[in-house]
Amino acid sequence: MSVILLFLCAVAGIAGWWLLRQGLMSKPWLETGAGALPAGPPLPLAKVGVAVFLVVVGCLFALLASAYFMRMEYVDWRNMPVPNLVWLNTGILILSSLLLQCATVGARQGELATVRIGLTAGALAAVAFLIGQLLVWRELTASGFLVAENPANSFFYLITGLHGLHMLGGLVALALPVAVVWRGGITDRLRLRIELCTIYWHFLLFIWLGLVVLFTGWARQFVDICGQLLS
Amino acid sequence: MADVTPTTTPAVPPAEVADVELYHPKSYWTKYIFSQDAKVIAIQYSGTALAIGMVALVLSWLMRLQLGFPGVFDFITPEAYYQFMTMHGMIMVVYLLTAVFLGGFGNYLIPLMVGARDMVFPYANMLSYWLYLLAVLVLVTSFFAPGGPTGAGWTLYPPQAILSGTPGSGGAGIILMLVSLILFIIGFTMGGMNYVVTVLQGRTRGMTLMRMPLTVWGIFTATVMALLAFPALFVAAVMMLFDRTLGTSFFMPALVEMGEQLSYGGGSPIMFQHLFWFFGHPEVYIVALPAFGIVSDLISTHARKNIFGYRMMVWAIVGIGALSFVVWAHHMYVSGMHPYFGFFFATTTLIIAVPTAIKVYNWVLTLWRGDVHLTLPMLFALAFMVTFVNGGLTGLFLGNVVVDVPLSDTMFVVAHFHMVMGVAPIMVVFGAIHHWYPKVTGRMLDERMGRFHFWVTFIGAYLIFFPMHYVGLVGVPRRYPEIGDTLFVPESVHTLNAFISMMAFLVGFAQIVFLFNLIWSLRHGREAGGNPWRATTLEWQTPQTPPAHGNWGKELPVVYRWAYDYSVPGAPQDFLAQNDPGGATEEARASP
Repeated sequence: MSVILLFLCAVAGIAGWWLLRQGLMSKPWLETGAGALPAGPPLPLAKVGVAVFLVVVGCLFALLASAYFMRMEYVDWRNMPVPNLVWLNTGILILSSLLLQCATVGARQGELATVRIGLTAGALAAVAFLIGQLLVWRELTASGFLVAENPANSFFYLITGLHGLHMLGGLVALALPVAVVWRGGITDRLRLRIELCTIYWHFLLFIWLGLVVLFTGWARQFVDICGQLLS
Repeated sequence: MADVTPTTTPAVPPAEVADVELYHPKSYWTKYIFSQDAKVIAIQYSGTALAIGMVALVLSWLMRLQLGFPGVFDFITPEAYYQFMTMHGMIMVVYLLTAVFLGGFGNYLIPLMVGARDMVFPYANMLSYWLYLLAVLVLVTSFFAPGGPTGAGWTLYPPQAILSGTPGSGGAGIILMLVSLILFIIGFTMGGMNYVVTVLQGRTRGMTLMRMPLTVWGIFTATVMALLAFPALFVAAVMMLFDRTLGTSFFMPALVEMGEQLSYGGGSPIMFQHLFWFFGHPEVYIVALPAFGIVSDLISTHARKNIFGYRMMVWAIVGIGALSFVVWAHHMYVSGMHPYFGFFFATTTLIIAVPTAIKVYNWVLTLWRGDVHLTLPMLFALAFMVTFVNGGLTGLFLGNVVVDVPLSDTMFVVAHFHMVMGVAPIMVVFGAIHHWYPKVTGRMLDERMGRFHFWVTFIGAYLIFFPMHYVGLVGVPRRYPEIGDTLFVPESVHTLNAFISMMAFLVGFAQIVFLFNLIWSLRHGREAGGNPWRATTLEWQTPQTPPAHGNWGKELPVVYRWAYDYSVPGAPQDFLAQNDPGGATEEARASP
């Protein structure tokens, strides 16, 4: 359970830092009046909403990684080979994230052409990533790495599947700005939507990189090295 | 005494944000059924939770029939008993208490108490309820599935949860249970994001975090915890679903069943327990923290006194929330663990007693020399305090490894957790319903029926669970549908079991009186007016009762003070509402 505990430590750290700035030491029974006590939101609602959601998603994958490490200790574990296609997919996902970043920057500077191309190409790259993942699954099942064959396989299909589902959800959310941007100009609302999608994409990319480290066994090696250094 | 001088800053800054756009319902359907109004969603949540809770109540009757009068009722086979037990536990913990506190009270009270017009994402809020309803329906479906609902125990421990010998597991019972949990968690995440972001970003002007009523603090912290804890149950449920349907071996070790080697191998049941209790322990506080918050407000309002140690109360809520994530393995002492781990988890468990005790002391000190009105909300709040302390004390015993190991599988544990997270929170649910019913409906609940319900429930609950502690101490194991003739079980246990069962029927009957009261008072209750309890918090200051769509009139309220200005010296009445600019009273307060 160490991964999830580390994750929660990080969340608790951020939450604690934020709480300390909220006047937890104030004495509300002595302070009256509505001045000097602004409660107005400096951030758009949707942004905070997405941030909260990303914490929940992060929690989900941290738990899966925890379970992965726990299950790995048992004797029947056989690491699964990582097909080369996974590296191609990783590249495509990075590309997708970069393209969306371009769209965000373009939206900020009001360059409609950049936004149109960035969004559309980014979405297409994401679709390509998902198709690539399906191909990876097919390749693996064809070479006999079935889901129930070994816990490593089960985890691989489970985790990539959940990651793909989150990607799919992101694509649904992205469909709207893509449709809107081809019809008209850039509004504030649209700019925010694009930015939120980009944040979500970066986060899923970050998760994916973590998963790759997990599946290649580098994470295990890293933990072992740390363990040797400590002992 | 320099720091008692109040600081007053009368200027009100202009609104920094435009009002959140409200969705306006256009037809009966969007107003009452597919409503995006948090108040309607709250009532939908509460109604559904109470309805499914009644099912769980009937299940507990059936279990008590068997335990009190073993062998008399033929239809309660051991298989059926396990199915009743499983469904009773799961419904009560997840589908009733979590849903009613967060989905019900959270939805109703958060926007009103922080001065918002609605939740910040009303559409997701509506989806949250409908997913919850779907989860409940899937759960109910399992009663009618071939083989019936699962009988794996509410903790659903593998491997037995998905082996064919467990009732309901051969058929669809366990699958429906897992699917229902997954739906519930997805739905809850949608609602939970709403509650958190509304508290963070939806507060009206002047409503700083430290001016929020403790109810909001409790629900807010519990929601944050739930958002972090429910994913663990989600992961466990999905993995078990894989084990059951795809034949993977996440949790399933190599097994021989009926002389046949199963295809599973190498899995770890302990891993499930870690995941489950990583959700399961915070869940206790997900239910308890809203109760703590609500009780603080009830006590303060009905004792006409400010809450003692408001800051401490807030810190304690946050502290309990954080600590509850590092105690989960105290549910697993009997599963076997490294002694150092046992020591660690026993220590963290006992540390939680510190912030909890702070809260109890503060409640008592709030009552001390207060103008205590023994209204029904106050009675229920007092009953909660007593019960929670009772359950908490046995919790201290069970938190220690050496005491837990012999007691873990006895009725003592059943008595303990029913006291601490069954009776205690449900007392708060009743108290809170009595307190806020006038705001929701505009009418008071009937006093006579309420008092009858209170005394029968309160005394009855003690008559049920106190003897159960004794039954556990003499060693009667839990989870057994029938003890039979065993040497170590004295005759008195059988008498007590029959007695407990009689009391359980009585208390269950009292709940029907309560439900009848809820419906009867809708028509015949006394007119309540806008603020019958003369409370300070914003929800009582709405222009209409019940609050209209959008909660407030043209302008959002502005908050000038904290939520506990009761019995303020020199004030025209004995309380100052949070949106009361006051003014004349400041000097009176400053002088000692």
